[in-house]
Amino acid sequence: MMFQFLKIGAQASTASFWMPPQASTFAAGIDNLFYFIYYLCLLFFVGIVGAMVYFAIKYRRKSEGQKTSDIQGNHTLEIWWSVGPGLLLLVVFFWGVIDWTKILVPPSQALRIRVEGQKWTWAFSYMREGISSKNLTVPVGHPVELTMSSKDVLHSFYVPAFRVKRDVLPNRYSIIWFEPTEIGQYDIFCAEYCGDEHSGMLNKINVVSETDYEKWIQNGGDMGGSGVNPAEFGKQLFEAKGCNACHSIDGTVKVGPTLAKKYGTEEELVDGTKVKIDDNYIRESITVPGIKVVKGFQPVMPSYQGQLTDKQIEALIEYIKSLAQ
Amino acid sequence: MHTENYLNAKKGIGSWLFTIDHKRIGLMYLVSVLTFFMVGGVFALLLRLELMNSGMDYVTKATFNKLFTLHGAIMVFLVIIPSVPASLGNFLLPLMIGAKDVAFPKLNLLSFHIYILGAFFMLYTMVSGGLDTGWTFYTPYSTTTGTSVVSATMGAFILGFSSILTGVNFIVTMHKMRAPGMTWTRMPLFLWAQYATSVIQVLATPILAITLLLLVIERTMGIGIFDPAMGGDPVLYQHFFWFYSHPAVYIMILPGFGIISEIITINSRKHIFGYKAVAVSSVAIAIIGFLVWGHHMFVSGQSEYINVFFSFLTYAVAIPTAIKVFSWVATMYKGSIQFNTPMCYALSFLFLFTIGGLTGLFLGALSVDVHLHDTYFVVAHFHYVMMGGTIIAFVGGIHHWWPKLTGKMYNESLGKFACLLIFLGFNVTFFSQFVMGSRGMPRRYADYLPEFTTMHQISTYGSWMLGVGFLIVLIYLMHSIFRGAKAPQNPWGGKSLEWTETATPPIEHNFDHPIVVTHGPYDFDEIVHTQKGRH
Repeated sequence: MMFQFLKIGAQASTASFWMPPQASTFAAGIDNLFYFIYYLCLLFFVGIVGAMVYFAIKYRRKSEGQKTSDIQGNHTLEIWWSVGPGLLLLVVFFWGVIDWTKILVPPSQALRIRVEGQKWTWAFSYMREGISSKNLTVPVGHPVELTMSSKDVLHSFYVPAFRVKRDVLPNRYSIIWFEPTEIGQYDIFCAEYCGDEHSGMLNKINVVSETDYEKWIQNGGDMGGSGVNPAEFGKQLFEAKGCNACHSIDGTVKVGPTLAKKYGTEEELVDGTKVKIDDNYIRESITVPGIKVVKGFQPVMPSYQGQLTDKQIEALIEYIKSLAQ
Repeated sequence: MHTENYLNAKKGIGSWLFTIDHKRIGLMYLVSVLTFFMVGGVFALLLRLELMNSGMDYVTKATFNKLFTLHGAIMVFLVIIPSVPASLGNFLLPLMIGAKDVAFPKLNLLSFHIYILGAFFMLYTMVSGGLDTGWTFYTPYSTTTGTSVVSATMGAFILGFSSILTGVNFIVTMHKMRAPGMTWTRMPLFLWAQYATSVIQVLATPILAITLLLLVIERTMGIGIFDPAMGGDPVLYQHFFWFYSHPAVYIMILPGFGIISEIITINSRKHIFGYKAVAVSSVAIAIIGFLVWGHHMFVSGQSEYINVFFSFLTYAVAIPTAIKVFSWVATMYKGSIQFNTPMCYALSFLFLFTIGGLTGLFLGALSVDVHLHDTYFVVAHFHYVMMGGTIIAFVGGIHHWWPKLTGKMYNESLGKFACLLIFLGFNVTFFSQFVMGSRGMPRRYADYLPEFTTMHQISTYGSWMLGVGFLIVLIYLMHSIFRGAKAPQNPWGGKSLEWTETATPPIEHNFDHPIVVTHGPYDFDEIVHTQKGRH
C-alpha cells in the first residue's frame, strides 16, 4: 500500500492526559479552553470540598448538646459568591462562543468533499475528481469542507483528533470544515446512536502531504482498482462500501442473505418464484435491490445506482463468483 | 406493647392497594421505585461487564443496545423522576405542614395506580422484544426500528400522568393545607424543593406526553411529523423532547436538594445559611431550567444563533445551583456536626454533586462541547448529577426518615460502611468515564477501540463496588424491619413537625392534636441566640 510510510502514532506527542492528539487548527484553541475550565473547576472543587472537610473536622460534635452559632446568612457573602462566579462564567461563555464561530464558517478555498452516512459506514465523494472512497484522504495544511447527509437515520461525524463533530441528518446538509495540521491516520467515529453496528461505524482519515494527495487523486483514490485483479478489487469494494455489514461471506445469516457459495445456485424469492444467481441478478440486486428479495429477508437494502462505476460492479460480481469456489 | 400506627391500623393487601393514606401510598411508591432501581441497576452491571473488554464477550451488539436503552428508560421514568417526590415527598409533605393528608387523597391513589399501569407497559416492552432506541427515542431511528417503541412510549406517556397528578396535588396541598402558623418561610426547605418540582411536573410533562403521542401516531399511522422520509423533521423531535427532558433534570435533582438541606441542618444543629436564597434558588432553577433545553443540541444542526443564547442561559442556571452548594457548606460552619449515616450521604452528595455541576461548565461552552458532546464525558457528567446527586440524596433521605417510615433503627456501622463503599465505587466507576470521554470515546458503543480498554476496566471494577454497596444497604434495611431496635420518637432531634408533633411511626391520621406552628424548622435547642446572627 502507498501509505505504509505514514507515521502512525507519531503525533502522540501532542496528546495530553485529558485530550487526544491535536491534529487540526481547532484543537489547540479548544484544548486551551478545556484546561482553563479544568483549572477553574479544580479551584472551586478544592474550595468547596476543602471547606466542607475543614468544617466537618473542626466542628465535629465533641459533646452532646454542644452549642452552635445563630448564623442565618450573610448578605454580603451571598452577593459575592453569586456575582464572583457569575463573572468567571461570563469569561468561559464568551471564550466558547468566539472559538465556536471559527468552526462555523469554512474558508472559500476549502477542498470540498461530500460525505454520506448510512447504517453503518461513511462514504466520501470527491465530486470534481469523480472519486468515491470509504476512507477520507486529505492534504495536510489545507482546509477541507465536508457537506454531509444521511441515507437513513441520524449519524454524527466525529473526529476526536480534529475536535470536530456534527450531526448528519437525512433531510438536510450539515457542513463542517477543518484544517489538518499533522500527517497521519485518524479515527472517524459515529457519535449519534444509529442501531446495531453503531460502534462499528469506524472509518479513517488519512492526512497526507500535498504531493501524495495529488498522486492519490491521479490513481483514482483508494477505489480506482488499478494494479489488482477484479476479484481482489471486488473484495476491497465489498468491505469499503459496507456490503459486509449485512452480507456474510462465511454462511452466517445477517440482515441480508449470505453470499457464500451462492453464485450459480437458485434462490426462492419472497413471492415464491425462483431465480438463478447470475451476473444479471447480482447487477440488478445492487442497482435496484427491492425488486427480487430473497425469501426470509426484508427489502431494506439501499440502491447503489449511480454510486458504483461499471468497473466496480463487475469487480463485485467477480468477487461473489470467487466465493462460490 | 403494640401501639397503633399507620402500618398496622388496617390489615390485608386490599387495605394497602386501595388506601388513600398518603403515608401508605408513599411507602408503596418507595418499594416500587427501589424494585425498579434494582432492575435498572442489574442492567447497568451487565453493560459494564460486557464493556470489560473490547469485542463482544457475553451479549450481541443488538442486546447491548437494548440493555443500555432499558437501563436509561427504567432509571429515568420509573426510578429517578418519581423517586423522591412520590415516595418521601408523599410521606412527608402532609406531616411537615401539619395536615391530615394531601389535598386530594383519591387523586393521590390514582396517580399511584397510573404509575403501576405505566410500569406494566415498560415491563411488557422488556418481554416483547425490548427497546433499542436509547431512552431519548430519537427519530427517525425510533420510527423505523423493529423493537417495541409503541409500548415503551405509551408507558412513558402514562407515567407522565402520574407525575402531573402528584404535582397538582402537592401544589394545592402546600397552598391550602398548611397548619396555622406554618408560613411559607417556616416551611422546611424540603417542601420548597417539592414545590418547585411540582410546578415543573405540571408545566413540562404535558409536552413529553404530546411528543410521545406524535411519535406513536407517526409509527402506527405513517403520518410524517419527525421522519424525513415522510416529510417530517428529526430536529423538531429533539426540540420537543428536550423541552420536557431538560426541565425533567430539575424534577430529578431539586427534591434531592431538599433532602440535603434537611440532613445538613439537623446534623449540624444549625439554621440553614441563607434560607431565602436556598428557597428562591429552587424556584429560579425551575424557571431558568425551562429555557436551556437547546444545550443538548449544540451539534444537532439547530440555529447557530440560538446556540449562543442556550449557552448563556446554561451558565445562568449554574448560579442558583452554586448558591445552594455554598450555602450547605456554610451551614456547617460553627455547627455541632454529627456523622450519622444520613450525614455521610449528605457529605458524599456535596462531593459528587460538586463534580457533577462543575463538569457541566465544560459542556456549556460551545466550542468545547463540540468535542465532548455524545462522549462518555457526558455520561459521567449526568451520572455524577443524577446518581451522585439525586440517588445519593434519595438513599440519604431514606436513611434519615427510615425510623419515621418503619419505626425501626438500622445498623449504623453497616450504614456508614456501605455509604463509604458506594462513594468509592461511584468515583471509580464514573471518574474513569470522564477521562475516556474527553479522549474521544463516544457513548452508546457496544464495542470500542483498544486504547480505551484500561479506563473501561477501571469503570467495570467500580460498578462491582457499587453493586456490593447497594446490596449491603438492602440487606441491613430489610434486617432492621424484622430485627431492628425500636426507633425513638425523634432520633435526630429534628425541629420540623414530622419529628416533633407525630408519633414514630405516625398514627393513621398523622396528628392526635391540633397543630399550631410557632417556630421555624431549624430552631434547634443548641443554637445560642444573639442579635449578631440575624439579618
